Parts: sequence; structure tokens; C-alpha cells
Amino acid sequence: MKIIVCAKQVPDTTEVKIDKVKNTLIRDSAPSIMNYEDENALEEALRIKEQFPDSYITVISMGPPQAKDMLEECIAQGADEAILISDRELVGSDTWATSNVLAAGIRKLSGFDLILTGRQAIDGDTAQVGPQLAEKLGIPQVTYVKEVTVNDNEIIAKRTLENGYETLKLKTPCLLTVTRELNQPRYMTIKGIYNVKNQEIKVWNIKDINVDLTEVGLDASPTKVVESFVPTSKGKGTVIEADSAKEKVAILLEKLKEKHI
Amino acid sequence: MNFSPTKEQLMVRKMIKQFAHNEMKPIAQLTDEEARYPQETIDKLGKLGVMGMPMPKEYGGAESDYVAYAGAIEELSKVCSSTGLIVQTHVALCCWPILTFGTQEQKRKYLPDLVAGRKLGAFALTEANAGTDAAGLQTKAVDMGDHWVLNGTKAFLSAAGIADVYIVMAMTDKSKGTKGISAFIIEKGTPGFNRGKKEDKMGIRGSLMAEQIIKDCIIPKENLLGEVGKGFKVAMASLDVGRLGVACQALGIAQGAFDETVKYMKSRKQFGKSLDKFQALAFEMADMKTRLDCTRLLILNAADRRDKGLPCTTETAEAKLYASETAVYVTNKAVQFHGGYGYTKDYPVERMMRDAKITEIYEGTSEVMRMVISGDIFR
Amino acid sequence: MDVWVYAEQRNGELMSVAAELLGEGYRLSREIGDRKVCAVLVGGNVSHLIDELYAYGADKVYILEDPLLEKYTTDGYTKVIANAISEYKPEIFLFGATHIGRDLAPRIAARIDTGLTADSTSLAIDEQDKTLIQIKPAFGGNLMAKIICPVKRPQMTTVRPGVMKKKERDDQHKGELIKVPCNLDSSDINVEVVEVVITAKEQAFSADADIICAGGRGIGGTEGFEMLEQLAQKVGGVVGATRAATDAGWIDAACLIGQTGTTIKPKIYFACGISGAIQHVVGIEKSDIIIAINNDPDALIFSVADYGIVGDYKEIIPEIIAQWNLEG
Repeated sequence: MKIIVCAKQVPDTTEVKIDKVKNTLIRDSAPSIMNYEDENALEEALRIKEQFPDSYITVISMGPPQAKDMLEECIAQGADEAILISDRELVGSDTWATSNVLAAGIRKLSGFDLILTGRQAIDGDTAQVGPQLAEKLGIPQVTYVKEVTVNDNEIIAKRTLENGYETLKLKTPCLLTVTRELNQPRYMTIKGIYNVKNQEIKVWNIKDINVDLTEVGLDASPTKVVESFVPTSKGKGTVIEADSAKEKVAILLEKLKEKHI
Repeated sequence: MNFSPTKEQLMVRKMIKQFAHNEMKPIAQLTDEEARYPQETIDKLGKLGVMGMPMPKEYGGAESDYVAYAGAIEELSKVCSSTGLIVQTHVALCCWPILTFGTQEQKRKYLPDLVAGRKLGAFALTEANAGTDAAGLQTKAVDMGDHWVLNGTKAFLSAAGIADVYIVMAMTDKSKGTKGISAFIIEKGTPGFNRGKKEDKMGIRGSLMAEQIIKDCIIPKENLLGEVGKGFKVAMASLDVGRLGVACQALGIAQGAFDETVKYMKSRKQFGKSLDKFQALAFEMADMKTRLDCTRLLILNAADRRDKGLPCTTETAEAKLYASETAVYVTNKAVQFHGGYGYTKDYPVERMMRDAKITEIYEGTSEVMRMVISGDIFR
Repeated sequence: MDVWVYAEQRNGELMSVAAELLGEGYRLSREIGDRKVCAVLVGGNVSHLIDELYAYGADKVYILEDPLLEKYTTDGYTKVIANAISEYKPEIFLFGATHIGRDLAPRIAARIDTGLTADSTSLAIDEQDKTLIQIKPAFGGNLMAKIICPVKRPQMTTVRPGVMKKKERDDQHKGELIKVPCNLDSSDINVEVVEVVITAKEQAFSADADIICAGGRGIGGTEGFEMLEQLAQKVGGVVGATRAATDAGWIDAACLIGQTGTTIKPKIYFACGISGAIQHVVGIEKSDIIIAINNDPDALIFSVADYGIVGDYKEIIPEIIAQWNLEG
């Protein structure tokens, strides 16, 4: 089975710091990591490969040159091949343009049976690239996948809903976007790490994937970010001071009554 | 000399850090309290290729460099130094001597399982009356023509009874002093080879330490490791690798305690400000940080020389001496800066303080390290 | 040239977000000037929902019915909705950012080649050029982005459930019904729905929950959540949780509030043992009153709380249960 994993390098948003003077995000403050759910996508690919040992896993990513680090870690975990699509012209691509890039990159590969990717990336939280990529490749999709069973060319996927789940059956080739519930990603292995130097990470630019600036990049993107700002917090309220828990709660309830709650 | 880590060294550190955080941190306190050998952790590390990382590929290793290995032992020991010790003893004092002094048959027989972590290795030199003074060994090996017979008792043996493969030093000719020592490979389960009294230790309580009793133990001829009378050389060369590991273990303990203290100082408030705002304390932290980095450079130097095949006995001794004394110093301060809380088991620094002390003692005490270093000065 | 709203229904029941989007769509359509707000209703047999959509302000209802649309499938729904868009050319199309909305909207946007913004929390119409200004959180809620789609149409966005205001229900209000032919063939649908399983945990945080009692890492385990459950029963609320608590398995993931979970706006929000990471705060900041209970006086949650109590929740919560005497 030929499996493609789409992965993104993202800033660790739990570590992002805010410049309180300029009211902007200090992007360098957060370490770059592999998007969590993309790790689950790779893990699932590796598990499928354990089940079907003649599988071949290609990880593909669009990003700046330093995203190579993430792809090297994918190799160290057991991926067979990794490709970075990197070009200055791609900066500012929205999800529509990004899915064009990934679709073009994937078309350059020699076919596939299954595409796995994270449900969404923690920087943009859009969850759009997966479905848009499936549409552009003309294959069916299942999003929010928490469980996968592979029987030859048939995929059975459980997709989470807000209040339950649904079980879906489909044929390959298809695309699944996965959640963190799906599995527990593995660690790199020492052998994997020392194997990285034998595996060249391919870097493709937009010419390599045959796309032009009507399809990718900032200008081609239908949506534009016109402004970004740090959200204002509600502002600090009152901390209730009293000697005992009992008194504190009494004061709290008094205050709530005053508000006619 | 290159001070920038390679890609591989960075990745190894990152991987071990993640592993230690997820798999070891949750059980580190219990491992200590119950003096429980962390079998599950060791099994997992085996599957990840850590148990034989610097060993050659033909035996299943990754042929990692020793700088990367040093980083791995440090990261493991930051979270649980018992685990750091188990890994480093296995690699340095069992895998390494078999690889270096073993015959083709011995390497093929033992290394694949050891490197994969399916089997655990141990090293038996110390006895009740012979530690630093190896010439006083009382364990005897007698050549019976087609086999050896060993008798004696080994003390303070890490992983005694748990390990599967033991490198055992025994006297084959008492009259020759250290030149009468030979090294043997003894497998667990060999009749007459049994664990004795378990030690109840102050620190590194997750790593089991016990006596090992050797009584009329029949060892096949082919289990002699290296030549007859060259056992002391096997031991000393292995201990060079082991001391690098102990240095890394000590650094890990110190760095772990230091990190805990930084976190604590930022959150703990006294007199209306957090502890890090008190310059007297902050300056002491600066001194500690400097000592930690100093230690790291000494380790880097020793490991780098080993990778390049250069002599590194003195450099390794310096690293071990300084690292272990730094560990004792930093963990002591860490408990101090935590105040009363530092003395309780609610914070890991008291465990780290207990764990630190052993690094000044085993695999050559600080005094032995000074002997090695001064011996080199006044050669 | 109207404002369209995807009237998501499941099992013949309208999702709460549909009414919220109609309320917002109504406001936007009037702000552009003289436009209609239209509900797009898709399903197997859903005409019983038309009046409800009118009641929540729909000027028109586009109904797309076909037996093949009985169950939601990406393929079937994308095809019929994309065709309707090409036919009627709406100016704006809003989807609820539900699991289904977030599956469907990007697929449609890709098919008709337009832009799509995810998870908007606030919408407005530009005074000059009448384009849709969409505000959405990014970087885990650390940053808000203002996004427009200047050229391609329709301007599409998903909108977080629980954020927009419904119009007052008016059962007298009626609108225009447009039946859209579906022309769907079973070969259009490549995914088979084997089963849909609804677990006991219903969506805990509809916009209607007035009081939510939530716990985070500081709760320490399942027993703590049992205490929160008691509090919720006493005050007539529901229990919620942060990522740390759901990841730890102390409570069902359906209770997750915040950036990756549900956005809520109850009257009272009890935050117990919650540190106040931005990823969580972004989901609770529309609450009327936030009450923080935490034993760390420096916890970030106190900087967004209306009232804070520094102390052990194990002491505070039983006191609240004992003393609670407020109406509903």
C-alpha cells in the first residue's frame, strides 16, 4: 500500500509569548514542532505498514527550509521518504492555495492508495486543507477519524461527532484526516536517527511541481489576512479575600445576588 | 573541536527527553520509594535501540557516537538516574568489553541480544575486601583442563540476579597481583552462580544492587574474555567507558535538580517577591549554571576523544570527578533553595540529592579519579 | 446575491447553530442593504423544519431533498449544495463549525473555487465595499486574524457554535420556499455510512447551558469531577473540562471547552483548578460571569475572572453546595 502523510511544521502554540508593548505575537518564542495530529497520521501509516510490510510511506510537507528538521524526524520514526515543497513564492498561501500545492506535489509521485493527515494544524486551526486536497485529487474523504481498519482496498473509519461517532466504509484511494484519539505516536529510534543521513530529504520548488502563481502563493489566495491582533482580555476582576472558605463563598454568593443572577 | 551538536546528537537528545518525560517521569518517584527495578522502561528502551546505541550495526546497534550516547544518559538521568545507571552499566561494562575483547563467537553469541535489550548485562569486579585495590581480589578461577571452576563472592553488584550476562573478574594467578586477574563471561542460571544479600541503598534505589555468590561454578573454556591475566586491563578499559556514563548520570541529576529549582524559585514567593528576585540566591544559581556547563564541556571533550579514538582515560576521569562533585553540590543547594519542601518527598530534589552521592563513589571514587589525573600529571 | 446559511440538521432535528447563523445572517443581510437571509436545508425528508427556519428569521428556504441525502455524506451534500451555489450565486455562505460543517464547507469551497475562513467568532460588513469581514482566532487563540475574501464569491466561513445570537423565535414569520432539484445518483456517493452511534454524552454545552462547572489539571482526578458533578446538580448546570483533564481521561472528551473544544457563553462559569491557558480562555471569555477557584494566586485564570477565590476547590465547592440559594 502506498501511503502519503501530509505534515506541517508549526510553532508550539502552548509556548507562544505575547509582546505586551507592541501587542503582537513573538513568533520566535515558540519552538517549531510537528503538528500533533500529523504525528498521529504518521503513526497510523507506520502501523498500517506493520500490517502490510510492503507498504511505502512518503511524508510530504509545504513549508520553509527549516521544516526539513521535522521531515528528518519522520524518517527517524520509520517513514520511507520525505519531500519538502519549499519556495519563497508560497509564502502567504491560504488553505485553497496550500491544497493546490500539495495536490500538485502528490500528482508528481507515482500514485497512492491512502493519504493521511492531521485533522487540523494548531497554528491556523482551520481543518480545511485535508478536504480541499481530497477534492482537488478527486478522491473521497473522511475527517475527524479516531479509528481505522484497513482490509486490502477497503477502509473502515470511525469518525467522531460531537455526541458520538459514525462508522464509514470506503475504497482506496481516499484521504483521512485524523484526531489525537486515533493512536499514540511512537518515538524516533536510535537506528532511525542514524539512518537519516542515508535518506535525502527531497526539496521541490514550484517549478518542480508545475504550478504557477495563479494557483499558489499570496496573490492567488482567495482569502487575505488584512490584520491580526492580540485579543483583549476581559480584565481582572475581584479576588475575594476572607479568612475561611465559608466566608469567601458567602461573599461570592452575595455579589452574585447583587448582579441579579 | 566542534562545539555544535550534530543533527543526530540533537535528535537523540530530543527523543530521549520525550521518552523520559512521558514514560519515566510518572514512575520515577515510585521507582525510588519502592526500590522497584524499572523493567518496563528498560524493555521500551531496548525496542528503541538505546540499550546498545554505540554498538556496531552488524550486532544490531546504531553505531552512534559517544557524544550522542552521553546526551542520552544525561537526559535519562535528569528524570530517573536509576534508569540512567542501568543503561550505562549495560552498555559500558558488558556490551563494550565483549565487543572490544571478545572472540567472534562471543560477540555473535552475546551481542545481538544485549544490544537489542532482550538481555541485560552486568559487571562484577568489587568484593568485600577489594574495590579500589583490585590486587586483593579473592574470587578464584582454576583451570581444570577443559573448563574453569570459579569460587568467590562479589559485592555491590548492580543488577545482580536480574542481569543475564555477567563480566566477572577472578584471580587466575594470585601471585601476579593485578596481572593475575582474568575476565570471564558467566550467564544467569549457571549452577553455583546466585544472588546473595540485596543492599538497601540511600539512592539510585531503582537500580538493584546485591552480592553475587559464586560457588564451584563451572565455566566453559570459551567463556574466558580476553587473555588469561589480562582481566585487569579489560576492567580498567571498560571502566573508562563506565566513568563517562557516570559523569553523564551525575550531570543529568544535577541538571534535573537545577531545572526543578529554577521552576520552584519562579513560583515560590517570600516577602512579597518570588525567590528568583533575591540576588543572593540568583547569583548562586549563576554559579551552579556555570558549573553545569563546565561539566558538560568536560564530558564533551572526553566523549569526543573516544569517538576519535584518542586516549581519554585522564579526560574521562576529570569529567567524572567534576560531574559527580557538581551533582552533590548542586543537589544540596537545590534542596536548600526549596526550603522545608525540599526535604519532603513532595519534590524530587531530595531524591536527586540522595542519588547524587553514589556518583562520587562507584566506578572509581573521587579519590581514584584524583589518582588517575595526578598520575598523568607526574608521569 | 443573498446571505446563505447552512441549516444543519441531524436525524431530522435542527442543530442549534442553524438558528444562530440565521440570526447573524439576518443582521449581515440588512447591513449590506436589502438582501435576504436564506436557509439551505438538505436531507432525505426534512420539510418539517421549514417553519422553524422561518421562525428564526429565514426570508427564504432552499430545500434540497433526496432519499440519498437521508444520511450525511460529504460526497452527496457537496454535490447538491455546490450545484445550488452555481445556480443561485449567493454573496455570503455561513456554515456552523461543527464536525459536519467543517467537513462539508472546505469540500464545497474547493469545488467552486472560492475562499473559506474557518471558525469565525465575529463577522461584520465593511462599510465601503460591503465585503464580509471575518474575525477568527489563530495560534491557539493567542492571536486574532481579520480575514476578507475580496474577489471570489460566495464569501464562505464556518462559524463557531455558541457564538452568534439567535433571533427571538417568531412562529408567525413566514418566508419563501424554493425547491432545488438534486439530480443525485447513488454512484455520486463513494462513502457508505455503516452506522451512526450516539453515545450517552449529549453535547453538554449548547448555548443554552446557563451554568457550567468546569475543572482542569488542578482537579487531580475523577473524584474531583464527581464533586463538580454534585455542584452542577445543585446549581442546575453541566460539567465541563479543559484539555488537560480530558487528555488525562478524567472526563469524557465531549466536555472539552476551549480552542479545540466547544465555545460557551453561560451566565455563570465556574473554573475550578483551571490555570487559564489561552487555549481554554478563548472558549469561555463570552461567559457573563467567570468565577475562578484555584489554589495558585498567580494562576492566569484570575486575570480573566470576574470573581476569584484563592483556595483548595475541595474546601470551596462543598461550601458553595451548602450555601447556594440563588434562583435557577
